[in-house]
Amino acid sequence: MGELLFETGEWNFDTLKRTYDAIEQIAVGEMGLDPYPNQIELISSEQMLDAYSSIGMPIFYHHWSFGKRFARDEAMYRKGYSGLAYEIVINSNPCISYIMEENTMTMQTLVMAHAAFGHNHFFKNNYLFKEQTDASGILDYLNFAKSYISRCEERHGIDAVERILDAGHALMDQGVNRYGRRARPSLAEEQSRLEARERHLQDSYNDLWRTLPTPRGKRGEAPAGDPGESARGAPHLPEENLLYFLEKFSPRLKSWERELLRIVRNVAQYFFPQRQTKVMNEGCATFVHYKIMTRLHELGKISDGAMLEFLASHTSVVFQPDFDDPRYSGLNPYALGFEMMCDIERVATNPTEEDRRYLPEIAGCGDALGALKTAWANYRDDSFIAQFLSPQLMRKMKLFKLENRAKESHYKIAAIHDERGYTEVRRALAAQYDPGARDPNIQVTAADLAGDRKLQLTHYLHNDVPLAEQEAKTVLGYVADLWGFGVELRGLGPDDVRRYSFELGAERKAAAPAPEPEPVAYGDHVF
Amino acid sequence: MGVNVIDRRLNPSGKSLPNRQRFIRLAKTAIKDAVVRSIRERALGDVESKEVVNIPMKRIAEPRLRHSSQGGDHDQVLPGNKEFVRGDTLPKPKSGEGGKGSKGSPDGEGEDDFSFTLSREEYLDVLFEELELPDLAKIRFKDAAVVKWHRAGHSPSGNPTNLNLIRTMRHSLARRICLGRPKPEALAALDGEIAELEALETRSAADQARLGERLQARRQLAAKARRVAYIDPVDLRYNRFEPRPEPTAQAVMFCLMDVSGSMTEDMKDLAKRFFLLLHLFLARQYERVEVVFIRHTSEAKEVDEQTFFNSRETGGTVVSSALAEMRRVIEARYPIQDWNIYAAQASDGDNYSSDSAKCRQLLSEEILPLCQYFAYVEVYDPRQAEIFMSSLNVSELWKDYAAAAEQRPNFAMKRVFNKSDVFPVFHQLFAKTRMAA
Repeated sequence: MGELLFETGEWNFDTLKRTYDAIEQIAVGEMGLDPYPNQIELISSEQMLDAYSSIGMPIFYHHWSFGKRFARDEAMYRKGYSGLAYEIVINSNPCISYIMEENTMTMQTLVMAHAAFGHNHFFKNNYLFKEQTDASGILDYLNFAKSYISRCEERHGIDAVERILDAGHALMDQGVNRYGRRARPSLAEEQSRLEARERHLQDSYNDLWRTLPTPRGKRGEAPAGDPGESARGAPHLPEENLLYFLEKFSPRLKSWERELLRIVRNVAQYFFPQRQTKVMNEGCATFVHYKIMTRLHELGKISDGAMLEFLASHTSVVFQPDFDDPRYSGLNPYALGFEMMCDIERVATNPTEEDRRYLPEIAGCGDALGALKTAWANYRDDSFIAQFLSPQLMRKMKLFKLENRAKESHYKIAAIHDERGYTEVRRALAAQYDPGARDPNIQVTAADLAGDRKLQLTHYLHNDVPLAEQEAKTVLGYVADLWGFGVELRGLGPDDVRRYSFELGAERKAAAPAPEPEPVAYGDHVF
Repeated sequence: MGVNVIDRRLNPSGKSLPNRQRFIRLAKTAIKDAVVRSIRERALGDVESKEVVNIPMKRIAEPRLRHSSQGGDHDQVLPGNKEFVRGDTLPKPKSGEGGKGSKGSPDGEGEDDFSFTLSREEYLDVLFEELELPDLAKIRFKDAAVVKWHRAGHSPSGNPTNLNLIRTMRHSLARRICLGRPKPEALAALDGEIAELEALETRSAADQARLGERLQARRQLAAKARRVAYIDPVDLRYNRFEPRPEPTAQAVMFCLMDVSGSMTEDMKDLAKRFFLLLHLFLARQYERVEVVFIRHTSEAKEVDEQTFFNSRETGGTVVSSALAEMRRVIEARYPIQDWNIYAAQASDGDNYSSDSAKCRQLLSEEILPLCQYFAYVEVYDPRQAEIFMSSLNVSELWKDYAAAAEQRPNFAMKRVFNKSDVFPVFHQLFAKTRMAA
């Protein structure tokens, strides 16, 4: 049996390193996890509050909203309403984990297992993170963003910068590309394509074409009633990435303002996978730390006391109050994630007949970690739940579906954890995590660039759920400000019937002196 | 894949200070309102403490396009079913009305105030923004009583704590090179050679000679190493510090108040608020501020703070007595070349008419030349406000002082009718673009 890694709650750099090595031995050696190299940074509680306010990033540009967040978090913390996180982990390469000096050595062990191996493995292997984030470039990018924005503040004044950032932040949720795009062609490919095109033009040149009369512009023939027609000049409508659209096509923005929007958009995109994988990410990290701590204890490397301290903290993290409990505030992603990971392990190694029916791919496959790693790599929350939520877990958590229809005067229990309801509960829970259903579906559907330049946004209602009206109107004001001309937001039901429509005229902007014309980068699809 | 543990605890905290400043800047008007409101309302004692301000959430909202919690179909999956079975129905809570009822309600968006704590510094910054002390620099640099130590090169002697290691080692190295102190490696090489030679079973004559030569060289080197020390007292260099006279700014603030029977508690309260603000303001500008309390009826006396504000006196009113007392205190304790002198006088404006001339003369010829700034506030009972609001209806003292005010730029006078006037009046007296009062 091994020697204890540490005897007391006190930590020092030696014990940290020794413990890290023991954890790594288990995580990489035994469990076969594949994390980025780790960098562990010790910070004080005050620095943790600082990190909180800039969404956990070590470098971030300055904005008043972070100051507001800091003021609120600090007040909550000082009054004891909320504790601080034990750690913050950053999806970067090397993976940076901040751990607090106040933690006991047991907590440091837990935190290292949780963040430096659990989250880290997930960041490196999940397809969303791989596709949409650039772990090795993010810190450099944020560094650039911070200095660029502070240069803009010096040159154009804080107010001018805040005007753009405020608007950008308001549209952050609509500033992401929801689907991976095909890889951009490299310079060489681009050049060879250009050459091929030119060769084709030369090969097929025929002087006869020159003599034909030029065809009438399509625009003139377009029916006047259709606003979509006139926007043909701006390519690729509808466009769901509002920030992208405004950055590229807004007629009034200056180039530095476009760059600010781009920064906000890139940050939004960087965090987008985290919003879609909360349950899995936390579940993965919690499962990993649970396995590692248990294994350390088995090997005699941590004492019974430390194990008890760990379990006390672990159980409070994965605690799920019932829906009628005053403490209930939604499903706890740690609880759901951890339960599902444990459940997958059970199904893989010790399945029941039922599991074989519901989860035939993994039931009894024997390789629990293999099954989990595949799941961590290839799913996001909604697909993961749709695929792996087992009847046994539904029974354990006593999940049920509550139907709340606008037309009805009563709630209805649509399905519970029984044979008739498993599929429906599973589907409903998955839908709850579907970003397509959670975020409103708002797209740029028309921009009359040749005419009065009115921008039309369309909200396609899902389940007839409207937007929060006051807020939507304020945000529309921001859009109008960025666009510089009139903006309309209309809500369409599934039957294409207009449910509502807000409109904001261009009067406010029209009064301002027209800025010098700035070339708009049409057709530039840099991302 | 070794781990990199980095200690960041010593990094400066307060990384988000610029964010906080931007936030305060944004919410400035709201904060200013809240601060000015608080100065009117809060108890006098804790003006200096931290301030919790409430800002309407609207001003600092971060709106997003999000789904409303009302209207439409919301299905959800909940944990912890106890007795429900499929098909059960539950009544909706009343507010929900169903259907398209959401239009009227503001979607439950939190319109609570956002409250947060300003530090004392920030609070006073906001409070005294755009205010300045007139004639601040008058005596400031003449005073040389206080010294501050500054770095002034290096010296060969000094206190061990001031030892400059880098300089010392540089001198040591130079000296060792000049005097040719043998290097430890050279000694070690010799030792090795000697040990090698000595270890030989049989030594040839050449070896023997070499051994003798080496031993000789070894002795010489060792002796030289002893003579040329690694660090010699001549190498030592210390950081030198030199005292330099430091200009300091110190101020004394005279609070003069009429405590005769005609001054009611309400009026004294107004005066006290004014004095308090002035003290706060001065304390921010000067490292050292002393306060002298002088109260007067028909005769004036220097008293402590407690007596000044709390005890009552009866008697007539002779304002010049307070001015005379002030002059006496200045002469006795506050030489004008060392002190910035400020005075604030509060009175209800009563004075014996016979004192008028003396008072005017004393003020404009003796007191004002000594003072940086003299502020006179005339306090009124709120009940008298209507009568005295008109600028025509002024007291005897006001008339006397008004004459002085015309000649002296460092004199200002204002009238205060109720609590909410105090700060605006203070603001006017010290505003950067002060108008001649």
